[in-house]
Amino acid sequence: MDLAARAVAAGIYLTVQDVTKRFGRFVALDRVSLDIREGEFVSFLGPSGCGKTTLLRAIAGLDPPSEGRIVQAGRDITHLPPGERDFGIVFQSYALFPNLDMRANIGYGLRGPAWPRAKAAARVEQLIAMVGLEEHARKYPAQLSGGQQQRVALARALANHPGLLLLDEPLSALDATVRARLRTEIRALQKALGVTTIMVTHDQEEALSVSDRIVVMREGRIEQIGTPEEVYRRPASAFVAGFVGRTGSFRAEVEHPHAATPRLRAGPVSLAATAAASLSPGEAARAFIRPEDVRLGDDALGHEGAFQAVVTGVEFLGPVCRVHLLAEGVALEAELPSGDIGKLGLGHTARLWVAVPAERIMTYPDA
Amino acid sequence: MPDGGAFHPRVSDEQRLMKLALGGAATFLLLGLILPLGWLFARAFQDASGGFVGFANFAEYVATPSLAVSAWNSLWTAALTTLLVVPAAFTYAYALTRSRMPGKPVFRAVMLLPVLAPSLLPALALVYLFGNQGMLRGLLMGESLYGPIGIIMAQVFYCFPHAALILCVALSGADGRLYEAAAALKAGRGRIFLTVTLPGARGGLISAAVVVFTLVVTDFGIPKVIGGQFPVLATEVYKQVVGQQNFNMGAVVGLVLLLPAVGAFLLDQWARRRQGGFLSGRAVPLEPKPRPARDLPLLGFCTLVAALLLLVVGLAAWGSFIRFWPWNLSLTLDNYDFNRFDSAGWGSLWTSVRMAAMAALIGTALIFVVAWMFERGRVAGPLPRVVGFATAIPLAVPGLVLGLAYILFFNDPWNPLGFLYGTLAILVLNSLVHFYTVCHLAAVTAIRQLDPEFEAVSASLKVPLWVTFTRVTLPICLPAILEIFVYLFVNAMATVSAVIFLYGPDTKPASVAVVHMEEAGQISAAAAMAVAILMVNVALKALHLAMAGRVERWTQAWRLR
Ligand SMILES: Nc1ncnc2c1ncn2[C@@H]1O[C@H](COP(=O)(O)OP(=O)(O)O)[C@@H](O)[C@H]1O
Ligand SMILES: [Mg+2]
Repeated sequence: MDLAARAVAAGIYLTVQDVTKRFGRFVALDRVSLDIREGEFVSFLGPSGCGKTTLLRAIAGLDPPSEGRIVQAGRDITHLPPGERDFGIVFQSYALFPNLDMRANIGYGLRGPAWPRAKAAARVEQLIAMVGLEEHARKYPAQLSGGQQQRVALARALANHPGLLLLDEPLSALDATVRARLRTEIRALQKALGVTTIMVTHDQEEALSVSDRIVVMREGRIEQIGTPEEVYRRPASAFVAGFVGRTGSFRAEVEHPHAATPRLRAGPVSLAATAAASLSPGEAARAFIRPEDVRLGDDALGHEGAFQAVVTGVEFLGPVCRVHLLAEGVALEAELPSGDIGKLGLGHTARLWVAVPAERIMTYPDA
Repeated sequence: MPDGGAFHPRVSDEQRLMKLALGGAATFLLLGLILPLGWLFARAFQDASGGFVGFANFAEYVATPSLAVSAWNSLWTAALTTLLVVPAAFTYAYALTRSRMPGKPVFRAVMLLPVLAPSLLPALALVYLFGNQGMLRGLLMGESLYGPIGIIMAQVFYCFPHAALILCVALSGADGRLYEAAAALKAGRGRIFLTVTLPGARGGLISAAVVVFTLVVTDFGIPKVIGGQFPVLATEVYKQVVGQQNFNMGAVVGLVLLLPAVGAFLLDQWARRRQGGFLSGRAVPLEPKPRPARDLPLLGFCTLVAALLLLVVGLAAWGSFIRFWPWNLSLTLDNYDFNRFDSAGWGSLWTSVRMAAMAALIGTALIFVVAWMFERGRVAGPLPRVVGFATAIPLAVPGLVLGLAYILFFNDPWNPLGFLYGTLAILVLNSLVHFYTVCHLAAVTAIRQLDPEFEAVSASLKVPLWVTFTRVTLPICLPAILEIFVYLFVNAMATVSAVIFLYGPDTKPASVAVVHMEEAGQISAAAAMAVAILMVNVALKALHLAMAGRVERWTQAWRLR
């Protein structure tokens, strides 16, 4: 059975296989492979310049790959020009046609024999209602707010019932509150329509909150593919651990990896860390700890291997506070409800007990 | 790899068509620009019968005193004109862009007047004033107008608007925040001028100087009318080719003429690269505040300059209605009865109008479509780079040199395109190619203001490229397209040097008729024809301005917030 047929049988809608993209000598994508299931919402996440847009454009056929294969719905589309593929796209700039009003923008692709005038007009009204812009239909893009423009671009991309929706940093031009609202709207719409969707973003919170799966990229390669939970809780590499979610990190040395409770030593501090089992004795390691996993005060005293640390700073973040700690040269961050600050008596230079559950310390060989 | 080796993305029919069309554009530029220039180059190394003689022609050139002198004359008159024009144009442009002096639209309109006229017009006006029968002849204190004095005075008038236009653009692109920052740092006005204004306009100043220098070195009309016995490169080429039929020496002088132009062009390119990134995309436009101590002196200066420009144009116009300068100053229309002075009569004006209209129509369509394909076609391979390179060349090639290249190339017996010689078609082709670069740059600038993803969006919506081109690109760019049309028309009407070698018995343009009538001593008739050219251009420009408002309302409504 060939790749395409096998993919369809497994419910896979889009397959990217060993895709490489070079710009001259520069390798922007290096043998990237991934599968996306029908109806899935997948985010490409990574720092700026890691090749997310390049991969998206390769899938769209706008910048064809230098090597590799791309199969969509059982059809090898690697060599097809964009016009012969089946996708809708929203660009970072939205690329709305400024001289056409909102209706004309949304209905731009509804032409030809498949879309007689009346049918196209009805579809446009349906889309306008779908994105909730009924009062603004006569306006030009320049007269709409950023969030409204974004919705017009989304409606335009969805007008022709594409099988695949591509979003390139669709929210990055908006301010924080609009962004948070729109991302849940996009996700709800995607679920309702069941359209397979790929969203490019460099914002890990955005990716975590809306995706079925996240593809974490770095320098043209895929670091990890997984659900938000997997990527957050079980990062495949030190890079992913550091990039996704907030973490404190420190260098350490592996002790007794094969004991019942393997340990990490950082200066005078020694911590039990289950994940260190996979490393060899004496190996240099880098440990990552999520702020919410750090236990403080009385909570910490109950734990085996609790140690003392000094508070070096407290950041007030509204519902929670972030506490910066230093224990014999090891810097840690902890997060706790703002109300607990007074209870623990956490002033600057206060000393208190700290502990981290052994299974919550993420450990990787130090590069 | 699955398909074992070669990796060929499939190309859509649109892409194939685009590639074909861009190939057509490259062929056009090859035939209309590269081959003629190459042939000019080749002829400089041949003798009259076509045999290769190496550098013999160049040796003869250097050994001929009159030719070497003409090169030196061209250089120093151009340098002196540049020194006079650029500071004045800078002040004028500064007043238009950075002051709150009243009457700016009027000053702007007056500034543009000489652009619409042939370069001969100020020269003719100066003849009325300072010529052998001039009313102000005494002011020259015995010196003759015919020579460097006349050339420089006329060139200053002719070049002023070109420099002022460039400097207006350079000065209007200021970032208001830089000035606020400088003021917040308590910098004085003089210091702000030296550290913010001048560096910001440096690119524009270099460009203006380069343009003026090149215009003077390569202009043919003014030295022809007012140069007297003072030889310059441009008149020397004409003498070699038309007077002595020495095409090889003409080619050598043409190449020499190309040197300062190419040098200036490279200097300008270098300055532009260095200028890059001074203005950020988020610049806040500068709003000058009223300040009488600055605005009043600038108003005085601009009034003086505008008055001089109007005086020169008005004098030529008045002179064209005078019965017999300076003895009989009664008014008459006789000078406009061109049949009395020139066999072509009014026909030459009609020839010019047809030539200009065709160059503008064909040129605007061609240049805009090529610029769009160049910017947005995403054609693979070396073709876009070839076209990009070729479109930049005309700016560095003086009209006279291009005309010379055309006469050598199209008039050569072996050339199958020889039938074009002497026809209206070759005049149109020559004008179009000569003014190509400026129009191409204007088109590219307009197209670059469009979101780069429009074509990608169309493809994803399965809308053919040409639909997006006509529904979105064209309407948004219409103001720029009209500008290009007017630019091509006006310049084709006024140009002398680009067409002086190329007209045939039935296709003499009006600007050439001006030269001929002046040569025959019929100054008033020459002035009348020059004024007629100016009037056609003024009429078109007025029509453009009247239409621009309407077009704006019709195609640019979306710009309103
Ligand atoms: N057309 C191009 N030519 C050369 N280099 C490019 C081109 N497009 C992208 N790159 C380079 O490829 C890398 C990945 O770019 P991109 O996919 O846009 O990153 P991002 O992950 O921020 O979307 C960057 O280093 C970028 O400079
Ligand atoms: Mg990107």
